[in-house]
Amino acid sequence: MSALLSSLLFFAAGAIGAIIFANRERWATLLGAGGVVLGCLCGFVPAARVALGGAAQSLRMPWDVPYGSLFLQIDTLSAFFLIPVFLLCALAAIYGAEYLEAYRGRKALAPPWFFFNLLVASMVVVLLARNGVLFLMAWEMMALSSFFLVTFEDEKETTRQAGWIYLVASHIGTAFLLVLFVLLGRANGSLDFNRFTASSGAGLLFVLALVGFGTKAGFVPLHVWLPEAHPAAPSHVSAVMSAIMIKTGIYGLFRVLTFLGAPPLWWGFLLCGVGLTSGIFGALLALAQQDLKRLLAYSTVENAGIIALGLGVGLIGLNAGMPAVAVAGFAGAFLHVINHALFKGLLFLGAGNILHGAHTREIDQLGGLLKRMPRTAAIVLVGAVAISGLPPLNGFIGEFLIYLASFKGAVSLDGASSAAMLITIAGLALIGGLVAACFTKAFGIVFLGHPRSERAAHSHEAGLAMLLPGFILAAGCILIGLFGAKVVEAMAPLIAGTTGLAISLVRTNLAEIAHSVAAVSYVGGALVSVAMLLALVRAIALSSRPVRTAVTWDCGYAQPSPRMQYTASSFAQPLTETFGLLLQTRRIVAPPHGMFPQSASLTTQTPDPYQAYIFRPAFRAIGRGFSLLRPLQQGQVQLYILYIALTLLLLLLWQLA
Amino acid sequence: MRSLFPLLLAITLAPFIQGVINRTKAFVAGRTGPPLAQPYHDLWKLIRKGAVYSQTTTWLFRAGPVVGLAATICAAALLPFGAFPAAMAFSGDLILLAYLFALARFFIVVAALDTGSSFEGMGASREVTFSALAEPALFLGIAALARQTGHLSLTSVLAAISTGTWMHAAPALSLTIGALMIVFLAENARIPVDDPATHLELTMIHEVMVLDHSGPDFAMIQYAAALKMWLLGALIIAIAFPWHTDNPWLDGIAGLTGMLALGIITGVIESSMARLRLVRVPQLLIAAIVLSGLALALVPK
Repeated sequence: MSALLSSLLFFAAGAIGAIIFANRERWATLLGAGGVVLGCLCGFVPAARVALGGAAQSLRMPWDVPYGSLFLQIDTLSAFFLIPVFLLCALAAIYGAEYLEAYRGRKALAPPWFFFNLLVASMVVVLLARNGVLFLMAWEMMALSSFFLVTFEDEKETTRQAGWIYLVASHIGTAFLLVLFVLLGRANGSLDFNRFTASSGAGLLFVLALVGFGTKAGFVPLHVWLPEAHPAAPSHVSAVMSAIMIKTGIYGLFRVLTFLGAPPLWWGFLLCGVGLTSGIFGALLALAQQDLKRLLAYSTVENAGIIALGLGVGLIGLNAGMPAVAVAGFAGAFLHVINHALFKGLLFLGAGNILHGAHTREIDQLGGLLKRMPRTAAIVLVGAVAISGLPPLNGFIGEFLIYLASFKGAVSLDGASSAAMLITIAGLALIGGLVAACFTKAFGIVFLGHPRSERAAHSHEAGLAMLLPGFILAAGCILIGLFGAKVVEAMAPLIAGTTGLAISLVRTNLAEIAHSVAAVSYVGGALVSVAMLLALVRAIALSSRPVRTAVTWDCGYAQPSPRMQYTASSFAQPLTETFGLLLQTRRIVAPPHGMFPQSASLTTQTPDPYQAYIFRPAFRAIGRGFSLLRPLQQGQVQLYILYIALTLLLLLLWQLA
Repeated sequence: MRSLFPLLLAITLAPFIQGVINRTKAFVAGRTGPPLAQPYHDLWKLIRKGAVYSQTTTWLFRAGPVVGLAATICAAALLPFGAFPAAMAFSGDLILLAYLFALARFFIVVAALDTGSSFEGMGASREVTFSALAEPALFLGIAALARQTGHLSLTSVLAAISTGTWMHAAPALSLTIGALMIVFLAENARIPVDDPATHLELTMIHEVMVLDHSGPDFAMIQYAAALKMWLLGALIIAIAFPWHTDNPWLDGIAGLTGMLALGIITGVIESSMARLRLVRVPQLLIAAIVLSGLALALVPK
């Protein structure tokens, strides 16, 4: 525990140091980034030790806040989520030190470092807090510090807009959590987590937690802030927000489930439904995007959906008394948390490199970057293969576990449960296909072909500090792909702690799953060897033959230009058309006219349907409702004195009655 | 040793199926047609040729066919044939099989985009579209078989399907075969989804994606396509011809006869109907999803 406390001290020192040296930006950067890196290093070891089955440690101090207590504890669940927090934040800080250099002179660099340290510290406290008040305070600090990071480039109108949407969405989520903790506290007489026990009305509590934490995790339809906030933030902050900050929502859900006792069947169904909706909508909307970071934000929604699917399948298994299904489902959900942190962090950092090197996030403005940014291309390719859930990388292992759980359930369960499993299987398959389409598009259009604009043609590779974190994350993706079985087996204490199943039972089931995962990794290894062998065969076959270069086959057309290439929108068009009913893509067409047409244009836009058709009208209606109160605000002092007098009168009458 | 047999069989006999299909089509059209071994000659010819690369392309274009073929060969190690078990069998290998095909597809698509050509972009876009819809049909079909037999490994699932299974679960099995047949035609770029015979026709999928590949690279792509066809075909045949005698060689011969029949059926389908309009293809694939969904509903439990 003391190591974790000292890591919090490092974050505090980093934050304060950055502010003290606000005028000397090099020092502010050094202290800000240094605080995060040192704090993360300091906290990583105890987190890893507890996650692997070490004893839980706690710390309790008196606190003057009503109902609050300074109650911190690290158990396997907290420790498991702390590992990616420390890993990603340290790497993002190293990355940010170079990334923010580009803003030197234009923007003050001390505030982002101050808030970055604060964000990391608040995430750690969220994961450690064992008291409702403390938890909500840390939760709020996390939301506020990330709000200030999102609005870093506040001179842009879109960024300010994104910041407001994020702030409002965050607080709507927090409102539900407030009710959740008040209800839990009232039933148990204390706001300390260890006093929370299964109570009546668990269903209501579960729904409150799902909405409150789901807002942070990005479940559809509560996801609307993600595609706004993630693109607006600086890339290393987007990486941290998308890869781990949203995972605090998932953590909250897992944590609350441990209070609520045996799960009824409908919780599993609800989570599967939420997971499928998020997964399919997230993947479809990601596919339709033309802004690279917006695409990644929607893909985060999709991945949150996959985690929810794993959890839902696990809960159904738990309810049916089938530990094999439950353990595989929970293991899949947990592994996907880590996996998504690795490859989404990697992809956002890669997107940062692209933005840094080519100065645009518009996919249709890019192209041919592989030749100009070969190292970034290599790590982004690893991320794209991993996020598409393809073997032999980590993304496949996580999805494989969820598939395995659903197949086991589909084979042995009956009725509605079995139908839920089958729908999950089909949904996962559809999501997998859509994501592969999305990331072949993102990678192919950005990195391959000819540059589509001057900016892309003059792009340049990023420096070492912006590449090294990506390489480390890519190595993580490969290692989990090859040694997934070890990771799965190490999750036994975690799963036993969260599901309440006996640890020996969990171990037996995990050993069986690990056997399959090891076989998958074995095939992955074989795949690499076969590919190397084939590459050798190809090299030998070509060694004595003429190898020429020419232009791409153009059907004899003499003047092909980069503008004739397929664009991101055209690549995605068949799928967006097929799912047009769900996406509501708008087409603005100005067709060519006459014998010698001078101009023609075609624009497609896919705004978020939930934002456009639900939230915006709803908030507009609320705004109209409040404007009815406007006559009360006349700006006349006499009127306000009248209000005060009336209020006093009412209060007196109430007191009398 | 016996478990290597399906892998070796697939590797050696895969191009043969294409020969059978082409011969059937020629026969229906009243021609003699190319010899059955023509695909082997074509591959051999391609391997001995040099290659032309586009200036636009990068190392990914060269890596595409290599990874595509490697993934397909690994997939071949997961599928049993007749009474011979697969080289690797474990709980959940049916998921890996589908995702190895997806990996191959990812790299072929990325290699196609590497050329910066509209044609290949078009093919790539269609490939990802139709496979995204074929995937749920394939998975539901496999799930129907898993639920039918209670196993999660391809070797055990296919070993558990026998003529006895057909006696009491014929409707479910036929619907599954129907769904898998549509997936087979779509994934292997055959009529009615794609026409393998037309070159440079804008309505195509697979052929247009590999327009710029030449020499050994093209040989690898063609061979991987043949192998994939063999594998998806062998899956269907294992359900449709589930004769299990005591003699594994006899079972193997039954399986090979089945593959021959599948080649002939595919040839007849290609001769008797035209390619669907592109906008109709998703409907066909959704029909496959519905078929496998119905099969699942009919699985007796």
